[in-house]
Amino acid sequence: MNGTLYAIKIGAKRGWHEQVLSLKSTQDQTFYLFFAVVTLVYMYVNRNNTVDGLDLTIPQVALPTIVAAAVTFGLIVGPAQQIAMEREDGTVLRVLSAPRGSIAYATGHFVLNMTSLLPMLAVIMLPSVFLFDAGSQRGWSGWAAASGVLVLAFLALLPVGLVIGTLVPDVRRTTTWGILPLLFMMAVSGIFVPLSNLWGWLQAVGQGLPLYWFAHGMRFAFLPEGAAELELHGEWRISMAVVALALWAIVAWTIAVATMRRVGSGVSAASVVTARDTTAQWVR
Amino acid sequence: MNDARVDEQPVILVEGLVKSYGETPVLAGVDLEVRRGEVVALLGPNGAGKTTTIEILEGSRQRDGGHVSILGFDPAQVNDEWRSRVGVVMQSWRDHARWCPQDLIGHIASLHRPYVEASGRRMRSVSEILDLVGLSGQAEQRIRTLSGGQRRRLDVAIGIVGRPELLFLDEPTAGLDPQGRREFHELIHALVDDDNTTVLLTTHDLDEAGKLADRILILAGGRIVANGSEDDLAASIAHEAQVRWSANGVAHVHATPNPTTFVRSLLTGPDGDVVTDLLVSRASLEDTYIELVTRHEAGLGPSSVFKEAS
Repeated sequence: MNGTLYAIKIGAKRGWHEQVLSLKSTQDQTFYLFFAVVTLVYMYVNRNNTVDGLDLTIPQVALPTIVAAAVTFGLIVGPAQQIAMEREDGTVLRVLSAPRGSIAYATGHFVLNMTSLLPMLAVIMLPSVFLFDAGSQRGWSGWAAASGVLVLAFLALLPVGLVIGTLVPDVRRTTTWGILPLLFMMAVSGIFVPLSNLWGWLQAVGQGLPLYWFAHGMRFAFLPEGAAELELHGEWRISMAVVALALWAIVAWTIAVATMRRVGSGVSAASVVTARDTTAQWVR
Repeated sequence: MNDARVDEQPVILVEGLVKSYGETPVLAGVDLEVRRGEVVALLGPNGAGKTTTIEILEGSRQRDGGHVSILGFDPAQVNDEWRSRVGVVMQSWRDHARWCPQDLIGHIASLHRPYVEASGRRMRSVSEILDLVGLSGQAEQRIRTLSGGQRRRLDVAIGIVGRPELLFLDEPTAGLDPQGRREFHELIHALVDDDNTTVLLTTHDLDEAGKLADRILILAGGRIVANGSEDDLAASIAHEAQVRWSANGVAHVHATPNPTTFVRSLLTGPDGDVVTDLLVSRASLEDTYIELVTRHEAGLGPSSVFKEAS
């Protein structure tokens, strides 16, 4: 157990180091800049529009949903791509061939993706909060509720990204394995169009997925009580959101741990070798 | 080889190792034994199964059959303590491109530290290791900007960070220029002298095998077809001569211990009239190696000759 704790500590350092490298890399800076610009343009264009019947602007109503969508994108596509790539370039094999390397590797990804929430939230929220008065309309209790929802959503979504990255056959296929299901989830979770505009069975599918509840929880935290009329059934279902996200977290982590264990065993170190060979062929 | 150590259990013991990829057999019963402190080269052409063998021994690939014992353990079922005793340097790693050598060596070293210290060995500091492999000048440079030779030395640095008793090196000098190759050979010699490390390396270069290894194993046609020091191998085939000739525009080579008899039967045989350019020469070690490999690969079937099995 002592050894496990020690490996977790080394893994946390690894994750932090990866985060520092990520913030210094042009590629990742471009990624954040993209989210910042898209959000800013949308907010600016809609800055004077208000929502019918409510004393709220479009940026105020849209911000919690945009935060949920962007964070979900980062937590699923991010680790899926990182792990798929690290399986191919030998990073996984290198770390796993050190003693207790699998624990350090998994912890590293936990810390890297947890700390990635900060720059992601900053680029999306700071301009909107300061320029368009978006953000919590419920004062400090709203910010606190938003933090709680974020933690739950992080726990529910990160394992999904980890599993995709562990199972995807090669890095080029993270698009079909990661981005397409993600776009589907967004489509049925009220990100692009309100859920009430969809067929009943699609509404049911959406409410079985974590993103709907993440976005619902964020809107609950940021918007005043009266904005509930925009929601399905016209009410806030915050305890339902907590239960749904917690259930997703438990189930997804169980699957993620089992999947990553398999990768840690001898059998899949071989698949790491195979993956590396496959890329070597393509790169050449 | 080392009579004083005959009673000691071998560091590597492999018996009847079998592996195929789909329908293609790669290893058809490999037997080998490496004792503590030996430096052994596994020599063979591309596709002979050298990488496959070494990956099975280091526990990153599963075998189809046969017995394998590395430091007394089956590599298919190993624990973390075993991992800390074995160093691995594989081919074509491109990992941790954003990191710098100093941080990566430090990170991997920290994972090994509890095991190394528990066994009473002393960890080398990161700067000591950087010095040893000659990367002190690149300590804080991005790994992706290192040259091929620097990259290989970093791989070795990480391979030896846990002061392993056994080090696997897969094609360690592939892609290095002659200068880098020579520096690398010196590095391996220094390591082995320091720690009495057992080394199993693969190479397709006969000259390199002779320079680095105490003993050479030639892998061809899925089996070990020769085993001995460079001198042993040279001596065992020194009596062989090589006969070259052309017949109907096709060049032929044949190695034989008795060239006179062979040439007589060749010239009096059915094709005797069309034989031209006849040349009889003493076989060099390299000629014999190539001849040996060609002969054994032919035995395994034509599909195996040009396929890289790694």
